[in-house]
Amino acid sequence: MSKPAWREMGLRENEYNLIKKILGREPNFVELGMFAVMWSEHCSYKNSRAVLKLFPTTGDCVMHGPGENAGVVDIGDGKALVFKIESHNHPSALEPFQGAATGVGGIIRDILCMGARPIALLNSLRFGRLNTGRTKYLFGRVVEGIAFYGNCMGIPTVGGEVYFNDSYEGNPLVNAMCIGIIDHEDLSTGTAAGVGNPVMLVGAKTGRDGIHGATFASVELSEESASQRSSVQVGDPFMEKLLMEACLEMVRTGCIVGMQDLGAAGITGSTSEMAARGNNGMEIELSKVPLREQGMTPYEIMLSESQERMLVVPRKGREEEVQAIFEKWGLEATVIGYVTGDGILRVKNEGETVAEVPAKALTDMCPVYHPDRSEPEYLASAAKAAECLDLSAETDMSEILLKLLSSPSIASKEWVYRQYDHMVRTSTVVCPGSDAAVIRIKGANKAIAAATDGNGRYCYLDPFTGGAIAVAESARNLVCSGARPLALTDCLNFGTPDKPEIYWQFEKVVRGMSEAAKVLGTPVVSGNVSFYNETESGAIFPTPVVGMVGLVEDLNHIRTQGFKDSGDVVLLLGETLPELGASSYLEVVEDLEGGRVPQLDLRLEKAVQETCLEGIRKGLIKSAHDCSDGGIAVALAECCISGGIGAAITLEKRNMSPLEALFSESQSRIIVTCEKSYVDALFKIAEAFGIPSARIGVVGGETLTICFAGEKSNLVELSVNRIEEEYRGAIECLMT
Amino acid sequence: MKVGIVVFPGSNCDLDVKYAVQDVMGHEAEYIWHRNKDVGKYDCIVLPGGFSYGDYLRGGAIARFSPVMEAVSEYALGGGLVLGICNGFQILLEAGLLPGAMRKNDNLQFRCQNTHLRVVNSKTPFTNACRKGEILQIPIAHSDGNYYADAETLKELEDSGRVVFRYCNPSGEPTPESNPNGSVNNIAGICNHGGNVLGMMPHPERCMEEIMSGTDGVKIFISMINFLEGGGGLE
Repeated sequence: MSKPAWREMGLRENEYNLIKKILGREPNFVELGMFAVMWSEHCSYKNSRAVLKLFPTTGDCVMHGPGENAGVVDIGDGKALVFKIESHNHPSALEPFQGAATGVGGIIRDILCMGARPIALLNSLRFGRLNTGRTKYLFGRVVEGIAFYGNCMGIPTVGGEVYFNDSYEGNPLVNAMCIGIIDHEDLSTGTAAGVGNPVMLVGAKTGRDGIHGATFASVELSEESASQRSSVQVGDPFMEKLLMEACLEMVRTGCIVGMQDLGAAGITGSTSEMAARGNNGMEIELSKVPLREQGMTPYEIMLSESQERMLVVPRKGREEEVQAIFEKWGLEATVIGYVTGDGILRVKNEGETVAEVPAKALTDMCPVYHPDRSEPEYLASAAKAAECLDLSAETDMSEILLKLLSSPSIASKEWVYRQYDHMVRTSTVVCPGSDAAVIRIKGANKAIAAATDGNGRYCYLDPFTGGAIAVAESARNLVCSGARPLALTDCLNFGTPDKPEIYWQFEKVVRGMSEAAKVLGTPVVSGNVSFYNETESGAIFPTPVVGMVGLVEDLNHIRTQGFKDSGDVVLLLGETLPELGASSYLEVVEDLEGGRVPQLDLRLEKAVQETCLEGIRKGLIKSAHDCSDGGIAVALAECCISGGIGAAITLEKRNMSPLEALFSESQSRIIVTCEKSYVDALFKIAEAFGIPSARIGVVGGETLTICFAGEKSNLVELSVNRIEEEYRGAIECLMT
Repeated sequence: MKVGIVVFPGSNCDLDVKYAVQDVMGHEAEYIWHRNKDVGKYDCIVLPGGFSYGDYLRGGAIARFSPVMEAVSEYALGGGLVLGICNGFQILLEAGLLPGAMRKNDNLQFRCQNTHLRVVNSKTPFTNACRKGEILQIPIAHSDGNYYADAETLKELEDSGRVVFRYCNPSGEPTPESNPNGSVNNIAGICNHGGNVLGMMPHPERCMEEIMSGTDGVKIFISMINFLEGGGGLE
């Protein structure tokens, strides 16, 4: 006997019973499809909602928090930033090029439908180890797909991160972030207000692609799901470019009440969400929907995830104005229905009702689950795994540093970002390769900074601390570029939430992130949860990705990581502790993912960031770079490479082994440089904020040397050319 | 100088050119929608970069049939200044206003990076503010910038000084390593017989201010102003 339709579509029995209760009857096939997709994890957040409530979501700058299509923060002068990050993991695992491309297309529409002009893209990518043909293929094609879409749109891809680890083998992560800018008065929301207002479908025609994509995103990857290839959409950035220009032109006329993109769940999602936000209903006629192919059923039309479409509610009587704008751009704009006052989403086909459900039943009435959670067993042993290692062994530190610099996760990502047009719009003041991207705001003496961060290995070994570090590190990156962190968006990538140990990880990570976001004053304004990132060989590392934006209040505050001038003094804000656990050193050199994750003192973190910002604002600090993967040695090497100049560094031993002193990934550390005459002033600021700080060396020459104070021989002695060669050549070499 | 910037569906460097001319250089700039055929009132027409018609078929292959291109051709034949940047260069090739064709970059990748350019001919309306042999730093961003022309055309281009820019290393030598896309003879920009039509793959509008990656792009626009004011170019 075959499974009943509701089960085929991924609904649970209690959910099916609830649907019957809401409707007071059996749902028909179309209605069942609509409920199944709207009540999928991807659309309903039914497994994560309860935990996501932990996030701080308010703050002085927040204009719209979670619940809208994207978060909105005020940046002064009547302008606001609109931003969000979203996953496209499963589609990218099956068809990396289109999966990644449509991920970019989708996040752009989320920004666009708030009425904002998209001005920057970032991404965060995870793949298996870069040593198999399959991983190289996935990596190469994902990057090409992102480039294909963003470049054609004329939106610069300004930053991001890429990590390689076995846990992502077969289940890569592709998280795309978009930032838009808007004048406050142009802000639009996805609300269908005004009974009788027309509902228009604009942009591309509707086809059979991507049917049930959201449902597909809510199961584990398997042979069976791989055969659901029609779940992957195909992107057309040219169409989206036209759609973007037409929509922005339309917003400026003031003729629209609300708009929403058609992403997951297609027409079903956009109609029900817009109606529900407006406490209204909607009646639509499917025979009016422009179709790409003949013979599509109401079910297919309602669930199609064809790309590059938007739902627009204009003021009654201004339909022709909308149509004229879209016609100019060579696009269709069709009235498919109108807003009603009864709260019902009524779908007709040739006049005959094919679905009739309360809009809020689809958007708000899905049961919220509180899955079981239990501490995973691996944690205790993983924490102890590093204890038996002999960290005092006499090894060649220069060789280890080179090994780390050439490991794909740390090595230069130039091979990636030179495929992205990161310069279009002539506003990218700090290009990819520094701590954060900086984008100037033309016509104002201001800029914004943005970065994405997330360390899956830390979260695997200590989800709470790992989650907090993801937030702290992205804030630190912004501070190093001269920006005050404002707010964040997050993409939470996890395994299957029905497994108690996965859900335990999820909750801990969210708690850690929330704590850090509170202390650092960076509320969560938008985000996305991606569960079911598992293959037959297990779950991915729990991987929260934080996308943070900040404001550079004066263009003179912009800083980069590269050392600047010979004779400049190198200072360390914060301090190094013997914390080699969970480090890149252990992963790359000892092939060990274990040990105790570096601890994070959020008050110290905040004070270090304040010290750095103050030093930059006062014009004392010339360069700033945070210490993260690979510790202080890697950070110093990066400062030398970016600046094209060497440095002589002396570290205090303080009972640490050379390995600990060089490669510990202690948090809350920033390497800064300043002119000799400013050193005392900087120390004073550090003292005022109560943080440890030390003079560790001087910039100059063509070599990076690192030694312990009072010891004659250098621990590290490498020419900048040599380290640059390893750092810049590594990925290129693996990919060609 | 009053510059007309053609906007095709899919153009995306139109706003950057406008900003460069208007906000940085302090001259006039207006957009020309691709269905418009009235280009006579401008001192110069710019075909900007981007992905006109999504690069479908080939970069520039569809844009050249846009109504505006008929007018641009007439304008060019009448001696008017026409600057095609990146996708604009591709359109000029497709329209037959410049000889040769673009192939995919030899590395098969989109490349966005800074390049060094050697000014091969400084006696054009677009380069008269440069010294012959001067090395400029101007970024590229394209996947189809691998210029090709048959041997005869190439010889003619070289002999008549119509190769305007060549990719080179920082010391000015046109080496294979400094060629980012495989262009024949490291060609980055060429002009027509009259010298009034220039196509270049690098984006001068992207390096107009110190805060961006340098200011060498300014020299191209200053050259155009010089020329229009009777001060240089075209012997």
